[in-house]
Amino acid sequence: MPPVLQGIFTIIIGVGGCVAYFYFSNLVLDKVIFPARGPNAGRNINRANKVRPWLFLFPAMFALGLYLAYPVVGSFWRSLFDRSGNNFIGLGNYIDLFQGSTFRTAVFNNLMWVLVVPAMATFFGLLVAQLTDRLKWGNIAKSLIFMPMAISFVGASLIWRFVYAANPDIGIINALRDFFGLATLDPLQVRFWNNFFLMFILVWIQTGFAMVILSAALRGIPEETIEAAIIDGANPFQVFFQIKVPQIMGTIVVVWTTITILVLKVFDIVYTMTGGNFGTHILPSYMMTYMFRDDGRATAVAFVIMILVLPVMIWNIRQARAEMR
Amino acid sequence: MADLKLTDVEKAYGEVKVLSDINLDIKQGELIVFVGPSGCGKSTLLRMIAGLEKITGGELQIDGMVVNDIPPAQRGIAMVFQSYALYPHMTVRDNMAFALKLAGKSKSEIDEAVNRAANVLQLGPYLDRLPKALSGGQRQRVAIGRSIVRDPKVYLFDEPLSNLDAALRVATRIEIAKLKESMPNSTMVYVTHDQVEAMTLASRIVVLAGGGIAQVGSPLDLYERPNGEFVAQFIGSPAMNLLAGEVVGTGQQTTVKLAGGGTAKADIPTTDADMGLKVNLGVRPEDLVASDDEEFLYQGEVDLVEALGELTVLYFKPEAEGAAPVLAKLAGIHAELKGRNVKLKADPSKIHLFHNKVSLLYR
Repeated sequence: MPPVLQGIFTIIIGVGGCVAYFYFSNLVLDKVIFPARGPNAGRNINRANKVRPWLFLFPAMFALGLYLAYPVVGSFWRSLFDRSGNNFIGLGNYIDLFQGSTFRTAVFNNLMWVLVVPAMATFFGLLVAQLTDRLKWGNIAKSLIFMPMAISFVGASLIWRFVYAANPDIGIINALRDFFGLATLDPLQVRFWNNFFLMFILVWIQTGFAMVILSAALRGIPEETIEAAIIDGANPFQVFFQIKVPQIMGTIVVVWTTITILVLKVFDIVYTMTGGNFGTHILPSYMMTYMFRDDGRATAVAFVIMILVLPVMIWNIRQARAEMR
Repeated sequence: MADLKLTDVEKAYGEVKVLSDINLDIKQGELIVFVGPSGCGKSTLLRMIAGLEKITGGELQIDGMVVNDIPPAQRGIAMVFQSYALYPHMTVRDNMAFALKLAGKSKSEIDEAVNRAANVLQLGPYLDRLPKALSGGQRQRVAIGRSIVRDPKVYLFDEPLSNLDAALRVATRIEIAKLKESMPNSTMVYVTHDQVEAMTLASRIVVLAGGGIAQVGSPLDLYERPNGEFVAQFIGSPAMNLLAGEVVGTGQQTTVKLAGGGTAKADIPTTDADMGLKVNLGVRPEDLVASDDEEFLYQGEVDLVEALGELTVLYFKPEAEGAAPVLAKLAGIHAELKGRNVKLKADPSKIHLFHNKVSLLYR
């Protein structure tokens, strides 16, 4: 069977299956299990109505359980075993992790990523959103800045490998150094600062996201409040920081936390740029170094990441909900 | 506390002129109301005075100083917006204090000014609330308070009551009237489309139409002596009836024979040269009374009756399909008149005559 037909067939079975599930399960509930007739008709209707929501929720809950809840529990369980997966070693993997210097570097680097990337992406996004707001060519500028969002992390990393290339004929940084008569160096091998060179790639990607959301939020501010502030004597900076920013604070928090969560998941950039060498590991890339070799270790790192993301995520969801109200 | 002078002010967006030849002299202590149909530029004119819109021609003076190119904050004006425009993230106190803080006033000065304004507007209990915890009327009071604390030379109001419900609108209107009374030296410019607000608040009304000023005058002046058909029909509700006719008698009083067969005398002097002049006779619905004698101004079949209790509005069947019906407002209840043929007359002092849309009084 050609793949196209296969695809169509799958879609038909999937969608048809869903429709059939809801239709027939409902039918069975009403006609067979709690039929609305006989001496207990009234009670049966009430019972059926109590069961119905769970019946309809079941597929979603089952899928979530299978693909979200089970992996969490399963990963945790796996992280308590050694490399082979046969010997239970308790928290041994975790203890080993915290004793290893690479893990500590990864945690420290990750902390820097979490502090720097969301802050810079949000700041630049806000700046661009505000600066392009009244420009005729603002939309063109915005689409250019948004474009990196469409590039995969690996693709972006490849682009930036050229920028950082240790060759004045390829890399712009070394071209500049060359212009000023400085020796060629590999930016990615400059300890400590190389982390920021990597972070900048993600900032470059995420600024577009922050800009789009914040631009919409800025447009949502009632024009009159800005005019009132102008009449009250506020200069453009005071209008921006004292009138506009406070009014979109909720959105800024949502953007900030959303990028934070993303930062805690990104491994591709480090993986493609340095492979975690020269002290650039972050938790997800560190996890990748163990994956398929020592799944006990890898799942332990994954679990640490999850615990770090959780509070940010809760905050993010709360803020987003508050925004919608 | 200042005079406001507009000389040949105009506003153009590119090639399109939306306002031109605006000449207006506003004296200290006046409350000037801009009225006009929507799109006539009344809000634009107010925003030009505020400095939110650029003045593209002419000159605006506040207190004898040309302020065309002076930013809003330094013009000595304060503005109250239709949507209140309160800063949602600041408490009532901070909203009112914002301008003073920006101006670098001391804390004690700010507190004093805010408390004074809060007392005048009875906002004391709400000073630490956010705007979202206030009702519409309270929000508008905060907006007014925000202008009071700045002690401006000129207050600008842009349809301040339009977002309030009917009952609150009346209450807030009275509050603004009282506020004006308590500050007799302050100059206010007020934009509204509500005639009642215009008639009750204004020292003078400026009727704007077609990109210019149609007429300026005290409320009753505009009501009693409109200079043209537009102002005549715009001021007063329901609008003035206009009936086509021809001058058949001149002198101290003018006699007009109407196309509908009626005749009317008007207390408007004319000369022999006006004999046979085609005119539109204007008479307000409230000035028409039922007539039993042979002489009548208008007669027609009552199409619709609106009995409001204290008065009854009669809608007469228009002569031609689609033409504006003649309306009459009679005192008392006359529900039985529906479908009947009624004759109407009016006192000669209540009759207006227009030729080419211009009042014969203003020739």
